[in-house]
Amino acid sequence: MPSPLSPVEMDALLLSLKVAFWAVLCSLPFGVMLAWVLTRLDFPGKSLLDGLLHLPLVLPPVVIGYLLLVALGRNGLIGKMLHEYLGISIAFTWKGAVAASAIMAFPLLVRTVRLSLDAVDTRLEMAARTLGAGSWRVFCTITLPLSIPGIVAGMVLAFARSLGEFGATITFVSNIPGQTQTLPLALYSMTQVPNGEAAAMRLCCIAIVIALLALMGANLLETYFRRHVEG
Amino acid sequence: MRVTLQRRQGTCCIDVAFSSDENGITALFGPSGAGKSSIINMVAGLKKPDKGSIFIRGRWLFDSAHGINLPPEKRKVGYVFQDGLLFPHLSVRGNLLYGRHRNQSGDDNVTFKQIVNLLDIQHLLSRKPNTLSGGEKQRVAFGRAVLSNPDILLMDEPLASLDDARKDEMLPFIKKLNMRLGIPILYVSHSLQEILTLTDNVIVLTNGKIVEAS
Repeated sequence: MPSPLSPVEMDALLLSLKVAFWAVLCSLPFGVMLAWVLTRLDFPGKSLLDGLLHLPLVLPPVVIGYLLLVALGRNGLIGKMLHEYLGISIAFTWKGAVAASAIMAFPLLVRTVRLSLDAVDTRLEMAARTLGAGSWRVFCTITLPLSIPGIVAGMVLAFARSLGEFGATITFVSNIPGQTQTLPLALYSMTQVPNGEAAAMRLCCIAIVIALLALMGANLLETYFRRHVEG
Repeated sequence: MRVTLQRRQGTCCIDVAFSSDENGITALFGPSGAGKSSIINMVAGLKKPDKGSIFIRGRWLFDSAHGINLPPEKRKVGYVFQDGLLFPHLSVRGNLLYGRHRNQSGDDNVTFKQIVNLLDIQHLLSRKPNTLSGGEKQRVAFGRAVLSNPDILLMDEPLASLDDARKDEMLPFIKKLNMRLGIPILYVSHSLQEILTLTDNVIVLTNGKIVEAS
């Protein structure tokens, strides 16, 4: 049976899934660490850090894309070093799309993880410390397992947000079919060409289905882990 | 055990000095707000005194004059909280074994089996804490604290959340832990009946000060 999707559409779909997967995976350790720092520590500049973290939520995505281009582009401050010393180029590649998606989804990830860390009774952590567990062991054996449901929810939310990322991606890595053209970018391209309506509608339906599946999956996983945690 | 503590908290000021024998049960008795829980939190390292010293079984846990302040995980205290505070994601066995790594030095003086039998919790080992009754939870909490091989057991109103019948059932377990294992206990309560049953070494507190010690 022939695929209902053209090769370009299929490429865009697979690329979107790949970008979202890597964006979540790469940002997860930093997200959990930052959420822990913001919930458990008090230090000067905490509100500034909190504000910076939320910037991607309120700034136009194009601004983030442009800043990424300035920093990570071939002539950018970090991009130049990456290229010269490690031979890595991020701008206009799928890795750049991962960076853009990760940054745009980061506040959502951290917010959700933070809520679940807040919900962990800190007296349980104290109890663990009186039993001889140092900070790292307390985090790994008490805090992390008890906040798993929220972390999973945050991951799925970040995944869904990454799938929908448009502005920062098109600015930073452009819209190259087969290389950086994710599903939203492909949909945008279809709306710009004559007779592209049918393809646009197909991509639109796929985006809706994936988002719904992700949200339903998040609910199921959250319930499963919550049950597992509470017995 | 020798404890001298000073700490200002809000409008109240805790200022106490007491010592007790090595293996007995010492009760801190007084009305709510007298500073009993704050004192054992300071002994456990969960609150920091402004000034003072804590010396237990040959070790200084805190000494403001010499800048000693061991973190809770290094103090070798077993803490039984008012509501047990069992780890909800671990089974009873997992809870009991949580502090066992402290025993790797070889100075293990209590065995898992011994404690499980003493507290009569063998049949609960594979269950999760939220399936236990209040009394069972507290027995597991006692076992968890004891199995971490502590130099002292701190108990912060461990029976306060139980009804009278359950309390009467639990008191012998506390006595047994102390007598059979020889672990000293610092026991906080505002119930005279509990204290009279458990110990004759009582420190009476009001507004953060010791008004009587017998």
